[in-house]
Amino acid sequence: MSSSDPQGYKKTLNSPYTGFKGWIDSRLPLVRMMEAEYLKFPVPKSLNYFWSFGGIAMFCLIGLILTGIFLGFHYKPSADDAFDSVERIMRDVSFGWLIRYLHANLVSFFFIATFIHIFRALYFGSYKAPRELVYIFGLTMFMLMMATAFLGYTLPWGQMSYWGATVITNLFSAIPVIGDAILTLLLGDFTVGDATVNRFYVLHWLLAFAIVGLVVFHVITLHMTGSNNPTGSEPQSWDETVSFHPYVTIKDLNATIFFFIILAFILFYYPNILGHSDNYIKANPMVTPAHIVPEWYFLPFYAILRAIPDKLGGVLAMFGSILALGLLPWLDTSKVRSCLFRPVWRYCVLLFAINFLVLMYMGGKPAEGIYVLISRIGTAYWFLFIFVLAPLVGFLETPRQPLSISNYLRSKKA
Amino acid sequence: MSDKKTPRRDFIKLSAMTLGGVGAASLAIPFISSMNPGKDTLALASTEIDLTPLEEGQSLTVIWRGKPVFIKHRTKKDIEDAKNTSLADLPDAEEDSARVQNDKWLVVLGVCTHLGCVPLGQKTSDTKGDYGGWFCPCHGSHYDTSGRIRKGPAPTNLPVPPYVFLTDNRIKIG
Repeated sequence: MSSSDPQGYKKTLNSPYTGFKGWIDSRLPLVRMMEAEYLKFPVPKSLNYFWSFGGIAMFCLIGLILTGIFLGFHYKPSADDAFDSVERIMRDVSFGWLIRYLHANLVSFFFIATFIHIFRALYFGSYKAPRELVYIFGLTMFMLMMATAFLGYTLPWGQMSYWGATVITNLFSAIPVIGDAILTLLLGDFTVGDATVNRFYVLHWLLAFAIVGLVVFHVITLHMTGSNNPTGSEPQSWDETVSFHPYVTIKDLNATIFFFIILAFILFYYPNILGHSDNYIKANPMVTPAHIVPEWYFLPFYAILRAIPDKLGGVLAMFGSILALGLLPWLDTSKVRSCLFRPVWRYCVLLFAINFLVLMYMGGKPAEGIYVLISRIGTAYWFLFIFVLAPLVGFLETPRQPLSISNYLRSKKA
Repeated sequence: MSDKKTPRRDFIKLSAMTLGGVGAASLAIPFISSMNPGKDTLALASTEIDLTPLEEGQSLTVIWRGKPVFIKHRTKKDIEDAKNTSLADLPDAEEDSARVQNDKWLVVLGVCTHLGCVPLGQKTSDTKGDYGGWFCPCHGSHYDTSGRIRKGPAPTNLPVPPYVFLTDNRIKIG
């Protein structure tokens, strides 16, 4: 604040820097923001590797956008050209195979990172006050991610693309009265067709950047409250924190490199293992493949859809399963955040994770006999966990006294 | 003075906001409407089909409005099964006579009413489900010889498209 600006009205005069850095910073305060939010930003010093998956997910997103741009230079979004242009990328475009396989496998790894990231939030209570909005923005991004992945999977215009798009867009026809009109509006035709692939391509881009926008909100809200940590206890002094750089940057980089080595192994040795061979057959609107399955990361939700023997009910349960998770901050009545100190809820959360994997397996099996039964039990547990166990366990359970960050680290050493 | 002014200001605010809202909504109409099928797509070409080559028990798939239409030359047993089904057994109750113009010929849209897959049952080698009509492999819906839903998640019968018999062996769909 200078004497010519006694009330501190002019922001341009407040930069702590001089020279070129100061000149930029007084006009565009990104320099001071980056320093405060990324270099000096304090984080609890007890973070474990579960906390690296947010950063890993972000690197996946960056990779997807970069590879997506280069694929977009060659891809043609029309019913006649789409399949052939993808085959051309695979065969004729220089390194096209690498860029496309990267794009396809990065999505899977983006979902792996995100699933672990969400599990981390559930297990260590990161969704609880005051981080509810961080969590809500995260779930919103997760839903946009699923929408973007679905739209992207339609683009290669193979048999699985076509019939996956048909089945998923037909979910909207379950809406009473106006369902069919909405479906036609979405598709731009009476079936998935030329108009559909054209607009799905545009929306695939649009939603990808919407996710980038939400990342900003996710991080802003996170930086207001600071990171949670395994104890769920807030840092009581500066001694219980470390600065983001170099401690977290190096640790996250380490985790990211390890994660991407696994990706590289899949990418170079089993690039199609997470895909479906039927998608190398060009879309045929007259023939449905005998066994259509969505991509692996949709399988738990697909199992929920099929578990309900009613069209509208199935659709509501599927979308509801994610929306209901958004209520968890208010349904969980416990005062203790971390599962480390919650003897009952801890097993509820672990069972929820196992149940997720079971549902994933069931979603890939035909909808018959025992598979349907297990899917129904799994679906029941999903909602039971959120609407019954969260309020009830928080109320009935006697949690242990959470350790402070310093005591937790001391107890781990001992 | 201020007592008089405040409601007036409120009125101006409210009417300005209303007008703005109506304007924004009107502006949205052409954009939303543009997402619907264009005139070229809507100009639904009608399809004419010669039924002579279809032997009893055989089926034919034709394309109408980009969707498959199933035409089935039903056997005597198919017709009897369809006629003798009690309406109480049908999730979407409909008489067979309301679904055909000529008992021999069943014409239905070949799109599962659950989530839009094409059911199996057109080829003689296909599985036809528990009721001898069609079976949708996606989520396990069974249709009978009248294209009516009998078992599985699909909510309604396979729809009958508009069609007319031009001669005894020639129909026009659409």
